[in-house]
Amino acid sequence: MSAVSVSPEARPVGTIPDRARRMITANPSVLPTIASIVIFVGMVIFGEVAYGRILQFNTLSNLLINNAHLIVLAVALTFVILTGGIDLSVGSIIAVSSVAGVMLSNAGWNVFAVIIAMIGIGVLFGIVSGVLIRYFNVQPFIATLAMMFLGRGLASLLSTTPERLGEDSPIRWIGAQLKIIDGPKVNDLVITPAVLVAVLVVIAAFFVLHRTRMGRTVYAIGGSESSALLMGLPVHRTKVLVYVISGALAGLAAVLYTARLGTAQNITGIGWELDAIAAAVIGGTLLTGGYGYVLGSVVGALVLGLMNVLITRDGGIPPEMTTIITGGILLVFVLLQRAVTRRRE
Amino acid sequence: MTAAAGTTIWRELIRKPFFWGIVAIIALLALNVIKDPTYLALSINPNNGNLVGNLVDILRQAAPVMMIAIGMSLVIATGGIDLSVGSLMAVAGAVSMEFLSAAGDSFGAALAAVGLALVITGVLGAVNGVLVAYVGLQPFIATLVLMLAGRGIAKVITGGQNTTASNDSFRWIANGFLIGIPVVFLLAVLIVIAVGLVVRRSALGLMIEAIGINPRASRMAGIKPKGLLLTAYIMSGILAGIAGVMSVGSVMTVDISRTGYQLELDAILAVVIGGASLAGGKFSLSGAFVGALLIATLDKTVLYLGVSSSATPAFKAIVIVVLCLLQSERVRGWFRRRRRPRPAERLLQKEEVSA
Repeated sequence: MSAVSVSPEARPVGTIPDRARRMITANPSVLPTIASIVIFVGMVIFGEVAYGRILQFNTLSNLLINNAHLIVLAVALTFVILTGGIDLSVGSIIAVSSVAGVMLSNAGWNVFAVIIAMIGIGVLFGIVSGVLIRYFNVQPFIATLAMMFLGRGLASLLSTTPERLGEDSPIRWIGAQLKIIDGPKVNDLVITPAVLVAVLVVIAAFFVLHRTRMGRTVYAIGGSESSALLMGLPVHRTKVLVYVISGALAGLAAVLYTARLGTAQNITGIGWELDAIAAAVIGGTLLTGGYGYVLGSVVGALVLGLMNVLITRDGGIPPEMTTIITGGILLVFVLLQRAVTRRRE
Repeated sequence: MTAAAGTTIWRELIRKPFFWGIVAIIALLALNVIKDPTYLALSINPNNGNLVGNLVDILRQAAPVMMIAIGMSLVIATGGIDLSVGSLMAVAGAVSMEFLSAAGDSFGAALAAVGLALVITGVLGAVNGVLVAYVGLQPFIATLVLMLAGRGIAKVITGGQNTTASNDSFRWIANGFLIGIPVVFLLAVLIVIAVGLVVRRSALGLMIEAIGINPRASRMAGIKPKGLLLTAYIMSGILAGIAGVMSVGSVMTVDISRTGYQLELDAILAVVIGGASLAGGKFSLSGAFVGALLIATLDKTVLYLGVSSSATPAFKAIVIVVLCLLQSERVRGWFRRRRRPRPAERLLQKEEVSA
């Protein structure tokens, strides 16, 4: 997020409030990212005070374990949204990829072949949307909306009943819980390979976006596509590539989610597009593109995950309210972005 | 001479935006007839004189899609999109069912239920409109929020249940017959005609199209885009409400996770089939009407051919991708290059050079 990318040049000067002010005046788009961190910390404190047992190993490690797939999706959406596009198909890609993966695995395929196939399905969807958007000038949300329905339909063609992953399937190992610190009672610091994969994805995405030419091109496209084109950046290639990355990460998210749950269904992942978009937007990625941080999106995903934990802890809020609250938070942040960008204009 | 007149009529017909939609409907019906020669047969129910048959079923199924397609036409013509129509249908269904299950079985209750549902969906449509027109959000983000939160709202209204109610007058809207024809289809046709008259006999349609072509130019020409945008989204919301009433009325149960599910794709598809451009700037209500009929036929055919109904979105997605491809400049360029005779092209280039 912001602190990591900005602090090196800001460190030598001034006190912390001075530095913060400088950072905000230099780049107002970090405001939403800072807001998301504040909200996350605020939610943790509120949860600890109101319900207790939030700030301890097992709650926090469960937060990571249960949201590993969402973190990966948020990273995927960050890439696409940074270019000013959108990918509504990630939830459906997860459905078709996980159903296909479980069926292949049960048909006796090798684990690696299954995982590659699951990610490959996502890549295929990404290529189709990318080509539609880049070569045929279809609006991103129309192209990916079509892919969203195509994925859902294909998943239903494959199977309309829950497909169960074999108990001895090695894929389950990805979701297996490994104890790192054995705390008192059930308060253990637990981690799954899936969490490690998600962390690796985040690190890789951070490296690609901030330290490579491709990342620079992604930001440049979001800032102004025609300027990027005039500068001679490989706009067309990159535009297709972000959708391929997004599709591949959605496929990877399907692997992580299936490994944790052990079942796959054609209705898996309905509405996860909203969660992923909301995570990216809460984390400070501007929907018009050009501004945003992949680490902010991770915070956004954790905010959403923590919100679910708090809602279940509270018990008074009906679970139906979750989508409304997610939508409301998304709306508030979009409006906040709107206010920030309007002031810049 | 008659032959020449015949060809001009044909040419005009082919130019109509909905021509290929009608061709597709006929092709699908032909496919059904091949499978079952008696598919098109219409019979009259001897007890009440109503028409019975597959065609009547298609007309009935098409009615809700027509409603949301008309609303979507207007919104798309402004250069926007309304992704929330399916969820608004669920909200309308939830509101009317909850109201009816409390208010009981009377004509007044049915009227009040419909009114209440339309007011609430109209308000939700207005929320979309305000976010798009006054706040300046991208239309798909503004409506995406309601697309996903709308179903949550419907769940909250019914308390997570699939509410059932009984009211004969309300049921009549969806299941009744008037002079042998389903009421729901007659109602849809009337609404389409009414909207068409309002939009096409006044400058409203032209102004909506002007916004879609170029918002800045339309503002300079003296059109106030904000109010019109708001109107388009409110219209879309209300029409989605009508569609919701129609679709819950036939079973008198609102299924909060299935009512109107994925129907936003149907609406977009109907609009695109009708010849409108997703980039905005033009719309054709008759095209959307034919598009809705085609979708209902497609739904029924896919079901008839023995494919699971939850797989139909895949077919629709393929159709929409193909239509988007046909609309794109690149594909049109391919066809143009092939069609245009060589010498004329050279002449044109020469003229361009000399100019």
